[in-house]
Amino acid sequence: MVKNILRSRGNLSRAERSRKFWDSFMYWCFSLCGLSAIAAVCGIAAYMVLAGTPAINEIGLFHFLLGSRWEPTAPQPAFGVLPMILTSVAGTALSVLASVLVGTLTAVFLEELAPNRLRQAAQATAALMAGLPSVVYGLVGATLLVPLVGKAENALFRGSSSHIFTGGANLLSASILLTVMILPTAIQVGGISLRAVPRELREASLALGADRTETAFKVLIPAARPGIVTGAVLGTGRAMGEAMAVMMVSGNAVNFPLPFHSVRFLTTGIVTEMGYSSGLHRKALFSIGLALFVWILATDLILEALVQREGGGQSA
Amino acid sequence: MSGRLTAENFHLWYGENHALKGISLTVPEREVFALIGPSGCGKSTFLRSLNRMTDLVEGVKRKGRILLDGQDIYLPGIDVTRLRKRVGMVFQKPSPFPMSIYDNVAYGPRIHGVKARSQLDGLVEASLRAAALWGEVSDRLKKPALGLSGGQQQRLCIARALAVQPEVLLMDEPTSALDPLSTGKIEELILSLRSRYTVVIVTHNLGQAVKVSDQAAFFLDGTLVEWGPAPELFGMPKDRRTEDYITGRRSLDG
Amino acid sequence: MTAMMAILFYILLRGASKLRLSLLIGQPSPLKGEYGFLPGLVNTLYIVVLTLLAAVPVGIGAAVYLNEYVGRSGRPSRLVRLINLMVEALAGIPSIVYGLFGAVFFGEALRLGYSILTGSLTLSLMALPIIIRASQESLAAVPQCLREGALGCGASQWQMIWSVVLPCAKRGLLSSVLLAVGRIMGESAALLFTAGAAVNLPKNWLTHPLASGASLTVQMYLGVSSGKYIDEAFAAALALAAVLLGIYLLAGILGREDK
Repeated sequence: MVKNILRSRGNLSRAERSRKFWDSFMYWCFSLCGLSAIAAVCGIAAYMVLAGTPAINEIGLFHFLLGSRWEPTAPQPAFGVLPMILTSVAGTALSVLASVLVGTLTAVFLEELAPNRLRQAAQATAALMAGLPSVVYGLVGATLLVPLVGKAENALFRGSSSHIFTGGANLLSASILLTVMILPTAIQVGGISLRAVPRELREASLALGADRTETAFKVLIPAARPGIVTGAVLGTGRAMGEAMAVMMVSGNAVNFPLPFHSVRFLTTGIVTEMGYSSGLHRKALFSIGLALFVWILATDLILEALVQREGGGQSA
Repeated sequence: MSGRLTAENFHLWYGENHALKGISLTVPEREVFALIGPSGCGKSTFLRSLNRMTDLVEGVKRKGRILLDGQDIYLPGIDVTRLRKRVGMVFQKPSPFPMSIYDNVAYGPRIHGVKARSQLDGLVEASLRAAALWGEVSDRLKKPALGLSGGQQQRLCIARALAVQPEVLLMDEPTSALDPLSTGKIEELILSLRSRYTVVIVTHNLGQAVKVSDQAAFFLDGTLVEWGPAPELFGMPKDRRTEDYITGRRSLDG
Repeated sequence: MTAMMAILFYILLRGASKLRLSLLIGQPSPLKGEYGFLPGLVNTLYIVVLTLLAAVPVGIGAAVYLNEYVGRSGRPSRLVRLINLMVEALAGIPSIVYGLFGAVFFGEALRLGYSILTGSLTLSLMALPIIIRASQESLAAVPQCLREGALGCGASQWQMIWSVVLPCAKRGLLSSVLLAVGRIMGESAALLFTAGAAVNLPKNWLTHPLASGASLTVQMYLGVSSGKYIDEAFAAALALAAVLLGIYLLAGILGREDK
């Protein structure tokens, strides 16, 4: 009897039995929850491939990705998404460049030069702006930005007979709007990476007689570069994937991306036509979704690999 | 069932670090056994091995046996929660749960399936009395435990451990975070616990070890240098290293 | 910076002029020439509740798994690194892709059609990474000594989690749920092809999740793209921004108090 007093086998009380049961039951529940993230990504990937490949097979990968005509409802339909891809790339590149530039400078200003009060107010604003729904951005863009850009367009192309006027709903408006949308994140990430720069580095530079602006540009920004790059990649994902806001300011005609062209992004292509498409047309929209998914997943994974490598390098 | 602990050539590694090197000793029942030695000598690790709290650390390897009343506690099939019910523990930092005083003490009995209110009330009162805290808190059992002073919190943690009705009580430097007055109270409490429990206590404070212990063991660099009745170990240590430590002739803390 | 302030000011200016309670809790009625956001509001509430029902247990469960069961110390195992990577991936997938996936998986494969349920299940996948990340942080902030105290009393792992770890982290967990609520309330692209665009009040409160319904944001979008209800949309945007501000502030306060 004494021998078995610690063993779990043998006469268990009811409390012990129920405890054992719940302990292993909950372990399995939590494990399942833990695996849910993997299952979700795999499920999404599987269904996107399943729904996105038939149209690509039918159209041909080459014609799909590099075709320049998108006329899904014509008697002889064409499904080339090149203009949309180029538009997405151009719009994303423009807005990421602009927001990283402005965001980093703002972050430097806020962290290094601005009084505490202003910094706190700005951080709170940035946090709210980062959480504002895209529809709200789209609304402001459509009513505030588009008319302004329209005026500029009218002034620039006055008397031009070849220009198709967009009334302001064009690539330029979309890029500006995207810039504003990812700016809060750029400021936040920039701020975090600047705060992570060791104090000694800053003090060493100041002690050498550099003033605060010189210190910021020559020491802090280079030191904070990994963080800024992370911010840029995050912004790229957000800008690539944004649909609703862009939809409301970009004009939505399939054109090659020039600032004053009415354009259609990959995302807005899906939103515009999903409602009425059918057959191959609808399948082609899923192919666009697949292209987006693959692109963004690839950027994410590359970023993660970079971060893990840098992290490993720092700890070593 | 009396709470006698025996270690037989017990080794423990944290990854590559050989933290315990062949410890063999016997803790007699219903006595206070003090583990002393400089920081990092392995005394806390040994204490935590006695109720398998070292299981929580990843990458732990061990060799040798630890017996509780003759039964190996590391055999497969041993129910760790049953073991910990019999071998309770009090930690260095007072760590009451953020709930009421009553719920803190009732925590152990409840998880072991005691539901009846009257039984719980009895256990809570008995444990708080045994921990010399009843008089101070009997009128505010429903108040949050975090409102107590540090010394009271530690006595509450002792009451929490006693409420499970263990046979052995492990104490990991229970007074190192407390003021002298509270330390004195806890030392008296330890002496009063001796009649009913086997107590194993890790302490940095030699005066405390002399005051409370019946038996003592001196650890250095993961080895057990010597152990035996406290008056002998403190009065006429056999080993030169023990003598150096006790007389403070050489700082071993570095 | 100024641009951000300007945008907020603009929303305030244009929204405030039209903001009436009757607009937010009224119904659109073409006959009387009235407009109201009540249907969107009701649908959004349905979506928030249903999404949380699905995402909160799974999300907090995953955080518990990552924080309490695996990789408590030492190097994270390969499985943990994979899970973390997948959580990052989930956070990065654009909402439009979620929308497409929801439409083919929940809508077509599971035959739920255009419905609030389809939309909510889709959004619960989107909310998952938010809840997992924030919950993990608040679980990690629970002092280790409390876990040891519980285990030292002979508690099993689950008893320790249920009786000590989760209660201690409850403010942080609540904050993670609030962050998810904010995200759900603002989402539109993922709902367009899943929850649909019907601007109607529920006919039957119980079966409403199986009906199509536009959320507040989708109703705003529809109102604007029809070109008729721009000022009304601004009023709704102002109200939404105010609610979101409240939610994020509360989440921030709760999240901080844990630490």
